[in-house]
Amino acid sequence: MTTRASRLTLRTIALGYLGLLVAAPVGLVCYRTFEHGIGPAWDAVTTPDAIHAFKLTILMVIVAVPANTVFGVIMALALVRHRFPGRALVNAAIDLPFAVSPVVIGLALILVYGQGGWFGSWLAEQGIQVIFATPGMILATMFVSLPFVVREVMPVLREIGTEQEQAASTLGASGWQTFWRITLPAIRWALTYGVVLATARALGEFGAVSVVSGKLQGQTETATLFVENQFHQFNLTGAYAASFVLAMLAIGTLLSMNLLNRRRGAD
Amino acid sequence: MGISVQNVSKHFGDFAALTDVSIDVPDGSLTALLGPSGSGKSTLLRVIAGLESPDAGTVCISGTNATALPAQKRDVGFVFQHYAAFKHLNVHQNVAFGLKIRKRPKAEIDRRVDELLELVHLSGLAQRYPTQLSGGQRQRMALARALAVEPKVLLLDEPFGALDARVRKDLRIWLRRLHDEVHVTTIFVTHDQEEAMDVAEQIVVMNDGRIEQVGEPRDLYEHPANEFVMSFVGPVNRLGDELVRPHDIEVMLEPNGTTDEAMIDRVVHLGFEVRVEFTLNDGRQAWAQLTREEADALELEQGQIVYVRTDRSRAFTGS
Repeated sequence: MTTRASRLTLRTIALGYLGLLVAAPVGLVCYRTFEHGIGPAWDAVTTPDAIHAFKLTILMVIVAVPANTVFGVIMALALVRHRFPGRALVNAAIDLPFAVSPVVIGLALILVYGQGGWFGSWLAEQGIQVIFATPGMILATMFVSLPFVVREVMPVLREIGTEQEQAASTLGASGWQTFWRITLPAIRWALTYGVVLATARALGEFGAVSVVSGKLQGQTETATLFVENQFHQFNLTGAYAASFVLAMLAIGTLLSMNLLNRRRGAD
Repeated sequence: MGISVQNVSKHFGDFAALTDVSIDVPDGSLTALLGPSGSGKSTLLRVIAGLESPDAGTVCISGTNATALPAQKRDVGFVFQHYAAFKHLNVHQNVAFGLKIRKRPKAEIDRRVDELLELVHLSGLAQRYPTQLSGGQRQRMALARALAVEPKVLLLDEPFGALDARVRKDLRIWLRRLHDEVHVTTIFVTHDQEEAMDVAEQIVVMNDGRIEQVGEPRDLYEHPANEFVMSFVGPVNRLGDELVRPHDIEVMLEPNGTTDEAMIDRVVHLGFEVRVEFTLNDGRQAWAQLTREEADALELEQGQIVYVRTDRSRAFTGS
């Protein structure tokens, strides 16, 4: 009896927590989005500014996520399989984006790449503007979404060990073949999860991007900045509708990665 | 010559895993590397496979100097203690791996894989994944995978070490027969002297990163080069500086001039074999191995005074 009661309590707490913190707000966003039918919502997210904002957000994801995926796998392999000087430092540095507030990251980028920053004046001479422009926003997005793939892949690499790879090499596989045929399939679930998390983070990034973007409507405004802007302008339908699209993008990523894996996978 | 290792040394940090090791393994033979853990036997095997590079020395495989070749170019089949099965591939795909890497035509791969699965008695399990197999089946799959590429040499690193006793005995008989069929030069690593004696034609006894003795199983047992080999390849009693095998001790009821008086501490019946533990007058303890018939004829029991003959003992000087 006690077990049944405690199980019920646990379930209620878990569901209640999720419901209050996640389901209710997200559900309400859905509700508000379509409160006046699909028409107004559709109109709100198809204005030129909105479309530009979504395109910019997707650009951030398209650059930052693949870069961090490739870097993440290389970094995870280096950290798990090799001992090199400064390894502990690198390992700790990867968690910085988790530890430091995104706003601080944005400010730090300005200090390095902004006017009067380390590289700012040199870059300006080359005619490259980083801060208050797309490159700076991409850098900020890459920074905040950096740890996910590394941190998801590392424990799995540690767990699978190196014997399968050694076996592959004795069977004549080159390093590259071994990676594609043995290592990658072994880490693919962790990699998928890391990519999904990094994508979600890149889609939703606000603080760091906000600082380095300058928030120029229709120019350096990403979807999250667009939502904030609409909210401040009391265009609630626009804010809700854009939020809804963002949520759908994230869920879409999750589903497509899952699907991709199942098609390839054998388990 | 199948495999020739000359003056190989290997350090891991301060630890000398191999010190100036040289062995020759004849073409087509079945050789065991036998030694306690930490003796360097696995390291030697991995150096031959190219999974470790030696600090000094050379490795020749089939007359070619392979020292500088990476594992992938050495044409060796390697079987790991913990199978190293490719978990995301089924049995057929595991065995086909090396052939696919070599870009053989699909029909040829399928035919060869079927043949090999037949050889290792896994024909019906081609579509299973490694997690759906028992330990013995996984190891046979690993063996088929290693043999698929027709390696010049087959290297097995404690291949039966992770299996339970019954399966282990079955598999070693099976390995012996397999070797008679495929005749590939084979080296296997083991810490189990009985396994080495059972399977191998030649045994290399290793200790502390060095080779203690190389020889046929019987030769090692009967003419051990030193104390280590004698005590590692079979049971021994130590009587002062001398070593004697328990089955070389004679137990008698009357003294005859070459015997010592002893009191029986315990008589243990182990089926066909009887183990007689005794203490000599000077306090040294030892045990003798008798057959059941011998023990029954003597009617031995605890506390009895007997006379033991230990003159087939052996002393090794300088070791």
